[in-house]
Amino acid sequence: MIELLDIVILGMMVVAALAVLWLRDLFAVAMLSGAYSLMGATLYVLLDAVDVAFTEAAVGAGIATVLMLGTLTLVPRQEKPGKKPSLAGLFTVAATGSLLIWATLDMPEYGDPDAPIHHHVAPRYMKDSAAEVGPPNVVTSVLASYRGYDTLGETTVIFTAAIGVMALLARGRRRKP
Amino acid sequence: MKEKPILRVGTKFLIPFILMFALYVQFHGDFGPGGGFQAGVIFASAFVLYAIVFGIANARRALPAGIRRLLLSLGVLIYAGTGVLALVEGGRFLDYSALAAQPVLGQHLGIFLVEFGVGMTVFAAMTTIFFVFASRDPSAREQD
Repeated sequence: MIELLDIVILGMMVVAALAVLWLRDLFAVAMLSGAYSLMGATLYVLLDAVDVAFTEAAVGAGIATVLMLGTLTLVPRQEKPGKKPSLAGLFTVAATGSLLIWATLDMPEYGDPDAPIHHHVAPRYMKDSAAEVGPPNVVTSVLASYRGYDTLGETTVIFTAAIGVMALLARGRRRKP
Repeated sequence: MKEKPILRVGTKFLIPFILMFALYVQFHGDFGPGGGFQAGVIFASAFVLYAIVFGIANARRALPAGIRRLLLSLGVLIYAGTGVLALVEGGRFLDYSALAAQPVLGQHLGIFLVEFGVGMTVFAAMTTIFFVFASRDPSAREQD
């Protein structure tokens, strides 16, 4: 059942991605990319990664779509008829894609208990986090406590992004010379 | 959008629930999915919705640039400050166990503060980016 859902959602994502490529109406493209993110979030739920799904739904499907719509207010609604698709580009994309797919063959099977990722620090977090940190949600413990440095860095990145946007785009009050 | 009563009333009805849900996600992140990052984005989405329906100028009045800038930097400051506080209390940087008499209590307090900081910065960053983008619209020129 889960496999069927996986296939249906992945299929819908492929359709959405192709539609984004073909469509010239930028409003539809923005909406479709939001739908693509929402389907990605559904996939994360199926993978039991609810925290990631939550973020994807809020940021990918929500804020990113709104930002694209905000940009659409500044540009024409229709994409300009562009140049012909180049063969070299097609070749590069196809080659990179097949390399990536080839590389996945080396990855451990999904849910394999012997996969390296399950033998590094994860068992310790699962075993000791309740006694060491407390919260029943281990994701929160890892994010805020064990990996506190990472999260501090991420917060700083978001801070810097907002500062950058303000510096580049905001029209501040100019002082008269 | 003065001539769309259903949209306006619907939005006014929805916004308190969105804000409430954001607070729930913020403070319930220890127990369920969620945390400062998601909560900040959801809290910001309420203001984005307000700006879309009632116009960017009104949204700016509800959330002035000064407050946004204050929250933006205050969030990072709270996060880093929690780390420094742990240093002062005799632990290592961001070692929340040093914050209270019992390590687990300290961890709880530390995570609460840190997530609060993350939520604050994310909220301010998202609204700022949206407001700045939206005000580039020539029909809504307004000073930031």
